[in-house]
Amino acid sequence: MKNLSKISLLATLSALVSSPLAAQEAMGIDEKVNQVFANLTGPFVGLIFAPFPGTSFPWIVMWLVIAATIFTLYFGFVQFRFFKHSIQLVKGDFSDPSDAGEVSHFQALATALSGTVGLGNIAGVAVAVGIGGPGATFWMILAGLLGMASKFTECTLGVKYRNEYPDGTVSGGPMYYISKGFNELGLPGGKILAVLFSVFCILGALGGGNMFQANQAHAQISGIVGDYPGWITGIIFAGVVFAVIVGGIKSIANVTEKVVPFMGILYVGAALIILLVNYDQIGWAFGQIFAGAFTGLGVAGGMVGALIQGFKRAAFSNEAGVGSAAIAHSAVKTKEPITEGFVSLLEPLIDTVVICTMTALVIVISQQLIIDPATGNYMLNEAGSAIATVDGNSGVSLTSAAFASGISWFPYVLAIAVVLFAFSTMISWSYYGLKAWTYLFGEGKTSELVFKIIFCIFIVIGAAASLGPVIDFSDAAIFAMAVVNIFCLYFLMKLVKKELQSYAARLQSGEIKKFTH
Amino acid sequence: MTVKIVIGLDGTDTGERALTFAKDLASRIDACELLVIYVIEWSPFTFQTAEENAKRHVRREEEIELATKRIVEPAVAALKEAGYSASGLVRHGDVAETLNKLTVENGGSQIIVGRASSDGFSKRIFGSSTQNLVMHADVPVTVVG
Repeated sequence: MKNLSKISLLATLSALVSSPLAAQEAMGIDEKVNQVFANLTGPFVGLIFAPFPGTSFPWIVMWLVIAATIFTLYFGFVQFRFFKHSIQLVKGDFSDPSDAGEVSHFQALATALSGTVGLGNIAGVAVAVGIGGPGATFWMILAGLLGMASKFTECTLGVKYRNEYPDGTVSGGPMYYISKGFNELGLPGGKILAVLFSVFCILGALGGGNMFQANQAHAQISGIVGDYPGWITGIIFAGVVFAVIVGGIKSIANVTEKVVPFMGILYVGAALIILLVNYDQIGWAFGQIFAGAFTGLGVAGGMVGALIQGFKRAAFSNEAGVGSAAIAHSAVKTKEPITEGFVSLLEPLIDTVVICTMTALVIVISQQLIIDPATGNYMLNEAGSAIATVDGNSGVSLTSAAFASGISWFPYVLAIAVVLFAFSTMISWSYYGLKAWTYLFGEGKTSELVFKIIFCIFIVIGAAASLGPVIDFSDAAIFAMAVVNIFCLYFLMKLVKKELQSYAARLQSGEIKKFTH
Repeated sequence: MTVKIVIGLDGTDTGERALTFAKDLASRIDACELLVIYVIEWSPFTFQTAEENAKRHVRREEEIELATKRIVEPAVAALKEAGYSASGLVRHGDVAETLNKLTVENGGSQIIVGRASSDGFSKRIFGSSTQNLVMHADVPVTVVG
């Protein structure tokens, strides 16, 4: 019976795909979903991306960059001073052998990375470079380097103030450190801010951690098999995610978690091959990146346009200051919360400074962005909103085309990578969202199920809506998390400083030393 | 001087044979202690989901309890009953590396293990834990077939 209903569902789907009339109707559903969604989220998006009065510069971008700069200065360039130590921690040099079997620093880092490495690195960079030009890459790298300090701050707090339950499970994240940290400092409003963060975290999980992923996965699949309604991809994805997070079919998640890192390595490997083959152009590409960073090279908005795009997409990709990583990192086994802070600062480095830069270099070198031979500047598309590309590609299809110019069959690998990245990011964010949800509504099977079902419904909406409104809402929701998180980090950073000073002193005195393995 | 012999168990029949061999050896030595070790295969460099991480501590406790109750305790009890001085340990880690390390730490003079029972792809590439132990151990190793 079950099989019969499956067959009939498949038949209906294939009929929908094949019949032009039905397809038109289906497209109609997509359009309706898109319109309703755009109308509903418009005001929220407008508020988050409101420009400074009299300028076109969104205040939220400044908010993130100023925070990352302040943390960098306040902790005395911790990302550079303790870089070597971070690597040693990940290698396990300082891990107590009697803790074998617990979550290691490497595992916590890998889990957090699988939540951030993904479409932001593939599609997000293409959006940044497509709109802001190669110069956006420069600002992206800078944002990545500064963001390491933000990540350090939030992840140290994440471990320090996590909840450890009697059954041995742990829950951590900004909602916990905000309420407990404020309490410890005798500051009012901790609980309210924690609740506010949780609300935004749920929206972020549904937006960037879900809809954007579903949307771009659909774009990638339909780019290869031909155009078909997005909600079909949405339903399939929702079904698989449902099977994992509700059905508890761990094997799917397990396979993904194991395949995704290899996909990441494959992606970087392919980018490296393309760069090596075109090694003579790497100098030129960096020249474009530097020149574009300060002049804009004709992109919409000039230098500021490049800067906004670079900072925006870096934040969206590495999530530094957003608070999501603090949830992922909080399960590690360590007696020193700050060690997880050190480990987490490698995340923006790997995610943004290395992987995003690779993508950007491949796009620039592949010359998918059209340059006006007369001026040497980039030509804008008809709408004047982005740089004109060879086939009018944008987002993930621009990255795909760029890789295809070097390795013709790579779009197929990329399609699989995108789908897997999208899936693993969704699984990660379903957990972040769930933690925020249970913080608000309490732990319990029914409460958890409600969230998980909502999460799956949003996958369908995300796949059906068009990129514009989805990307706007995704950015807005994720940045809203950063508004609350960073505001609170300013108050809590002195707690991290205390930890840092104590740890650094003990490390120097030899009290904290390597274990012999 | 007391001689300490380490027996590495893997929960299979070959482990039983290792135990029998160790008993035979111990009966020939005047002062002999037997240390039964079970290593739960684990690496700090694997990839896990956030949910798995959150529950890892609980799972670890369960794994240790299970190995202790099902494998190590019965073996130690049987040895004691037969009149030997015996104790047991359960640890997570790379089987060969951990077994060797625990032996050295506890002053063991030799290790007795059963022949590798695993087969398949990973064994062909990385070799079995027994092979690795034989190649890298700091004390003599006896592999019981």
